[in-house]
Amino acid sequence: MTESPKNTESPKNTESPKNTETPKSTGPLARYRDSRKERIDALAQLSARDRSAEPVQVTTGAGGTGPATPDHLTVTESGAIQEAPGVSLWASAWRRLRRNPVFIVGAVITAVFVVVAVFAPWLAPKDPTIGYLIDEVRPQTNPVPGPQPGFPLGADDRGRDLLSRLIVGSRQTLIVGVLATLGGFVGGLILGTLAGAFGGWVDSFVMRLVDVMLSIPSLILALSISALASEPSQWTLIIAIGVVQIPIFARLLRGSLLAQRSSDHVLAARALGIRRGPIIFRHMLPNALAPVIVQATLMLAVAIIDAAALSFLGLGNPDQRIPEWGQMLGQSRQFFYSHPQLAIYPAICIIIVALGFTLMGESTREALDPRSRR
Amino acid sequence: MLRFIVRRMVQLIGVVLVLSLLLFFWLRSLPGGPINALLGDRATPEQQEQLEQLLGLDQPLYVQYLRYMGRALQGEFGSSSSVIPGTDAFDVFLSRFPATIELAFFSVTLAIITAIPLGYFAARRRGRAVDNISIVASLVGIAVPVFFLAFLLKYYFSVKLGWLPVSGRQANLGCTRVTNFFILDGLLTREFDCSVSAVKHLILPSIALASIPFAVVFRITRASVLDVLHEDYVRTAEAKGLTARVIRGRHVLRNAMLPVLTIVGLQVGALLAGAVLTETVFSFPGIGEALALSFSARDYAVLQILILMSAVVFVVVNLVVDILYAVVDPRVRTS
Repeated sequence: MTESPKNTESPKNTESPKNTETPKSTGPLARYRDSRKERIDALAQLSARDRSAEPVQVTTGAGGTGPATPDHLTVTESGAIQEAPGVSLWASAWRRLRRNPVFIVGAVITAVFVVVAVFAPWLAPKDPTIGYLIDEVRPQTNPVPGPQPGFPLGADDRGRDLLSRLIVGSRQTLIVGVLATLGGFVGGLILGTLAGAFGGWVDSFVMRLVDVMLSIPSLILALSISALASEPSQWTLIIAIGVVQIPIFARLLRGSLLAQRSSDHVLAARALGIRRGPIIFRHMLPNALAPVIVQATLMLAVAIIDAAALSFLGLGNPDQRIPEWGQMLGQSRQFFYSHPQLAIYPAICIIIVALGFTLMGESTREALDPRSRR
Repeated sequence: MLRFIVRRMVQLIGVVLVLSLLLFFWLRSLPGGPINALLGDRATPEQQEQLEQLLGLDQPLYVQYLRYMGRALQGEFGSSSSVIPGTDAFDVFLSRFPATIELAFFSVTLAIITAIPLGYFAARRRGRAVDNISIVASLVGIAVPVFFLAFLLKYYFSVKLGWLPVSGRQANLGCTRVTNFFILDGLLTREFDCSVSAVKHLILPSIALASIPFAVVFRITRASVLDVLHEDYVRTAEAKGLTARVIRGRHVLRNAMLPVLTIVGLQVGALLAGAVLTETVFSFPGIGEALALSFSARDYAVLQILILMSAVVFVVVNLVVDILYAVVDPRVRTS
């Protein structure tokens, strides 16, 4: 009962790769390539891909989540149906990702960042809160002590070791990024599920709210939220960044829930008499989460950059005992032209880490997207 | 077509209504309450009482909201306490807006004229060096904090090399003001050095601000061209024997531009947010700088109108983009 709709769907799924592969090698599109040599290269690439190519999968999402997803059923590119060991969406994405240099670079950056953040207090050579070189700070002549033995990057305007502050700062940067994104994720999950699962007036109401939130430029929304607090702190920063992300997650989740509402596995579950709650939580949500999790990776990068922007505007965490890269970058404003290193080091850290998350997220998104297999 | 526009207009009104409701409650929950927020800390008790009566804070909530809306419709949002002291908040917005339009126009143009050709080129050479380098460049563009890029540009090109002005919108040349769009004013009054000065002041802020729309437009163009290249109608065009030039221009590029158009509209939001940072770095007197100023000075009357208007601008621009989209692509109208 569940297989027959899948079977009728399968030619649709295999059609697009077939259409696009053929013209690539022999069809008229080959004219786009400038020389024969390139055409051969393309052919070679294509056949290499064919050999390694996994069968196109019919299941709509992460396999094995419900009775209606027969993930043992796969269809080859030629359209023949064959039994194969189950390959979930994530597993098939992983197959492509582990050979993707972009993903590997992103993953390595992210891993190093997380390891440094976790072990920061033991890795830092000095205490980031003590002004060792405070005696060398001369507000008029030399406000920022330069590099010297024991202080490879020099100190900041309060005589604290810059390197140690950068290392320890990774931890707070990670915390702010993760908590803000988690907040946005959970908020978006609730709103998106409400809208996508119930539809009707709940959907309209939630989506109007989301539209309004999206219509305010993100940084301005974050500003207005932090205005509500009388004093900026770590938590106003996290809340401001997190709330801004809610509508993005909500929209994404609603879209992918709506797309599933009329899909076969949901229809099948409904036909079996399963109640709405279990259908939503066990059949629809797990299948909708993949793009949302990828988005979360990308939003983490945005959160870290936004934290820096808010700190720059004077809304960051004023408590300097817990260094954070965005805070360090934001507070280096007055020394930028005389001592740019105070800004450049934290900025480079932010850029590299944001790039790491972005590379990882983008390559995962591409690997999960069936259209990108062309 | 008309129905489509009317439907979108109704949506726009809905968004503005909900937004005004949110702003109303936002203003009420600010630390110190709306009276303090609007008058500032130095207001006398008489002033406070007067405003309380004026605002009708003793009335029920829905009456207060309706009155608030009534005043808002007449353009009364209180007067600025710090940005331009004593001026009506809406006038602050009006005086600052042309600067931001100039800046946003320059950066969007800059982003489009670089990102679309590059995206098209990268898609045509997918997987090659050009493609990979430009992808990495666009990702770096996203990862660099806008204000840091602005600082770097200012540091090298203004402070160190002295090629371009450090801050502001125009050198003090005693230019005649007509429309408050400084470039246009210079052309209208034939004071061409005024226009040149305004352009010089725009170069660095526009580059800094263009970094985000550049990255986004580039990636959308690339993805969209890749999609279109595989469409049936492109193959049909090839089979008909059309020249590569006609196919690229008329069939590939024109269809690939549809998603790009939408994205450019959505970038206006990012531009306004980026303008807060860029304008602050360059002391560029637009609404972004006014936002940052009014925020740090807690000038809530101005802050309120700036938030409301930036949302309205964003929604209106996207409405225009959607209408344009429907004009360009008849398929949208039916859906």
